[in-house]
Amino acid sequence: MTKAEIIEAIYSKIGFSKKESADIVELVFDTIKETLEKGEKIKISGFGNFVVRQKRPRIGRNPQTGEEIEISARKVLTFRPSQVLKSALNNKA
Amino acid sequence: MNKSDLVVSLDKKMSHLSHRDVDTIVDTIFNRMTEALVKGDRIEIRGFGTFEIRVREPRLGRNPKSGAKVSIDTRKVPFFKTGKELKERINNGS
Repeated sequence: MTKAEIIEAIYSKIGFSKKESADIVELVFDTIKETLEKGEKIKISGFGNFVVRQKRPRIGRNPQTGEEIEISARKVLTFRPSQVLKSALNNKA
Repeated sequence: MNKSDLVVSLDKKMSHLSHRDVDTIVDTIFNRMTEALVKGDRIEIRGFGTFEIRVREPRLGRNPKSGAKVSIDTRKVPFFKTGKELKERINNGS
């Protein structure tokens, strides 16, 4: 599934034009991205939570040369699926 | 930010739409994504990330309280991989 199919669903369900539906879907993901960029989490009930986590610097190794390098501190995004989604995937819903 | 905060924030940007429409749109997006994952489909949202299903093998677990062995069936879990653009934005963001 790609964004195009989500746009199609909005288009057929709500009856907006294709262009309008595409703009709306784009705006939804843009808003989510802006929020995460600020370090704030996104909680979608029934689906899951997107949380930005701070990672400390650590020593890694180049697997090819064996050379040690420092992996800098960074922020990563993690997705924690909701119980509802996990159950739905395993036919328990 | 939860789903209703998201709807409020989108409402401000889409003044030509009713609150109800925006609410329906957000629900439709996540419902469709859930349906796709239930079917075992992979979801690719450019600039955001991809979702796919990974299968966890059955294993023997233990009840941490009683120590009793319990068998854990094979199960499917969603896996999210952050897209390149978002990964970079999160690191350069404030």
